[in-house]
Amino acid sequence: MFSRIYRIVVTVPPLLWVTVFLLVPYALMFCYSFWAVSASQTIVHSWNLANYRQLFTVDVYWQTLLRSMWIAARVTLFSLLLGYPLAYFLSFFAGARKDLFYQLVIIPLWVSYLVRAYAWKTILGSDGVLNTLLQYVHLTRHPLEFLLYSPFAVVLTLTHIYTPFTFLPIYASLEHIPRNLVEASSDLGASPAQTFWRVIFPLSIPGVLAGATFAFVLSLGDFLAPLLLGGPSGIMISNIVVSLFGAAYNWPLGAAISLCMLLLVVSLLFVSERLEKKWSFS
Amino acid sequence: MLTREQPVPPVEATTPSPTLLDIRNIAKSFGKSVVLRGISLQVAEGEFLTILGESGSGKTTLLRIIAGFESATSGELWMSGERLDRLPPYKRRVNTVFQHYALFPHLSVEQNVAYGLRVAKHSESEISARVEQALARVKMTAYAKAKPSRISGGQQQRVALARALVKRPQLLLLDEPLSALDANLRRQMQLELKSLQREVGISFVFVTHDQEEAMVMSDRIALLRAGGLEQVASPREIYSRPATAYTAQFIGHTNLLQTEVRGGVVHCSSLSWKTQLPDGPVLLSLRPENIDVAAPSPPTGKVRFRGRLRNRAFHGATELLQIECADGLLFSVRTGTRSDWQGELEFEFDPADAVAVRNSEPS
Repeated sequence: MFSRIYRIVVTVPPLLWVTVFLLVPYALMFCYSFWAVSASQTIVHSWNLANYRQLFTVDVYWQTLLRSMWIAARVTLFSLLLGYPLAYFLSFFAGARKDLFYQLVIIPLWVSYLVRAYAWKTILGSDGVLNTLLQYVHLTRHPLEFLLYSPFAVVLTLTHIYTPFTFLPIYASLEHIPRNLVEASSDLGASPAQTFWRVIFPLSIPGVLAGATFAFVLSLGDFLAPLLLGGPSGIMISNIVVSLFGAAYNWPLGAAISLCMLLLVVSLLFVSERLEKKWSFS
Repeated sequence: MLTREQPVPPVEATTPSPTLLDIRNIAKSFGKSVVLRGISLQVAEGEFLTILGESGSGKTTLLRIIAGFESATSGELWMSGERLDRLPPYKRRVNTVFQHYALFPHLSVEQNVAYGLRVAKHSESEISARVEQALARVKMTAYAKAKPSRISGGQQQRVALARALVKRPQLLLLDEPLSALDANLRRQMQLELKSLQREVGISFVFVTHDQEEAMVMSDRIALLRAGGLEQVASPREIYSRPATAYTAQFIGHTNLLQTEVRGGVVHCSSLSWKTQLPDGPVLLSLRPENIDVAAPSPPTGKVRFRGRLRNRAFHGATELLQIECADGLLFSVRTGTRSDWQGELEFEFDPADAVAVRNSEPS
C-alpha cells in the first residue's frame, strides 16, 4: 500500500531519535553506574557494585530518597484532595460554565514552572506577602520561619503545580461516566451520596490512579522546588543527583541513584497501568 | 388525607381498574421550545399503557418527568393519592428500564440486580432470595456472576428488567427498551414483556416510536404529537376508529379520501354512497385491507370502483397494491398475494369502513 521509501522516511527518524536520545544515554548511564571515581578525580572503568552499596548504606542517600517519596506521597494526597472535588464539581454541576472553569484550571499550566515556584518564594519568605500580612493583622509578631525553606514549602508548591495534572485525568474519567448510570442509580432508590460512592467513585478510579501516578512520579523527580524553596531540610533526591553530576563530580554514583529512581518509577507506572486496566469497564 | 375525584376510567377499558398514576396538565418547555403542552392522562392499576410518538414528540420527556429526571414546567403528578412530582427520583416508587439499559459496568449481573435492594439496606438474606427470584424470572440465573459487558444486548435488557422489577415498584417505566435489539429478538421480547407484565400485575408505561410494537403490547395507546395528546384509546379502537387523519396515517396504513357530503350522500371524485354524516366537506380514512377485489356476484350495498395497477409491494402473507382510477384517484389496497394482477380491475369496499377523521393541526 505504501512504498518502501515512504515507510523508511516515516519510521527511521523516530527510531533514530529514540536510539540517540533515549537508549544510548540509558545504556551509558547503566555502564557508568558500575564504574568508579579514582582519587585523582578520573572515572575508571572498573566494574563493581560499590555505588549501589553506597546508596543503601550511606544515610544521606537513602534518607533523602525516603524523604522524597514521603514528599511525593503528600503532594499526591493533597492534589487528589484538591483535584477530585474540583473535577467532580466541574463535570457534574458546572453546567454551561464548564468550559470556562476548565480553562481556568488549565491556565496555570501555561505559566512557566519557574515563575510559579518563584511566586511561592515571594509569598512564603520572611519578608513575603504572607508574613507581612500576618504581622500587619497582628496574628504574629515575628515572621514565621517554617514557611519557607522547609518540606512544607516544597509540598505546598508541588501541590499547586501538579494539581492540574491530577485534575485532568480525573475530569476525563468523570466525563466518561454515562449520565444514565447516575439516573439509574437514583431511580433504584440511591441517595446522591450513595450514588457517588457506589457508582461515580468506582468508575472514576482509573482517572484517580492516573492522576496519582502523575503527581507522585513528577514530584518525586522534582529538583527545582526543593532547590528554590526546600532549604537544607527540604532537599530531595534529584538535588543530590544534580550535585553528584556537577560539583561533586561523582557521575557513577549519580548514575546509580538515577537508575534506581528509574526502576522505581517504571515499576510504579507498570503497577498503576495494571490497576487502571482492572478498573476500567468499557 | 387528600380526597380527590376519581377520574372516569377510559371508555374502552374492559375492566375499570382504579387509577394509579394521574398526570394532570403536565407542560414542559426547554427555554423557548415547548416540548409538552398540557398532558392529562391516567394510568390504571395493572395497565400496559404505551406512549407512542415520533421522535421529538415529547414522549421521552414525559417519561423522564414521571421518573423524576426532569421537572415539569407546570402541572402535577399524583400516584396513589400522593403528590409525586415533588419527590426526588430516589423517593418515587417508580422504576425505569432505560433505552440503553444503563447497567452498572463495574458490577456483576447479580450485583446490578441487588443494587436497589442494597441501597435500601435490606438484609443480605432477603437480597439474595429476591435477586435469585428476579434473575430466574428473566431466565438469567446462569449469568449471575457475569459482567454486563460480557452478555448480549437482549440479555442486558433482561437484567435491566430484573433490576427494576426486583424493587417491586408500583409503576414500571420503559424508555424504548427494545429499540437497540434486532428485529427477531425484538418481537420475542415484546411477547415476553407483555406476559411478564401480566404475571407481575404492575402498571407499565412503555415509550416507543414503533406503532406495531405499541399495537402488539398495549392495553391502551396514548399517541403523542408535537407535545400534545392526539388520541388515547385501545389498539383496536385507535386502529379502527382513528380520531384524526394523523392518527390514521401514523397507526397503520390508510387511504385518506377528501369527500363532500350533500344531502346524505358522500361524493368522492366520481364515487358516491349514502351516509348519515351531516353536509359539508369530510375527510374519510379507509384502511387498505377493507378494500377487496370485487366479487363476480352482483353488488351488495358496497361501493365499487375500477382502476389500473400502478405499483405493488409484496409483504409475504399480503400484498399492497396501488390502484389508479380513471379520474386520477389513488387507492392502496391490501389483498392476498396473487401473481396474476394485471390491467384494469374492479374493487369494492363497505362504506361503513370509511371512517370520518378530523384533519387536525398539531395542537
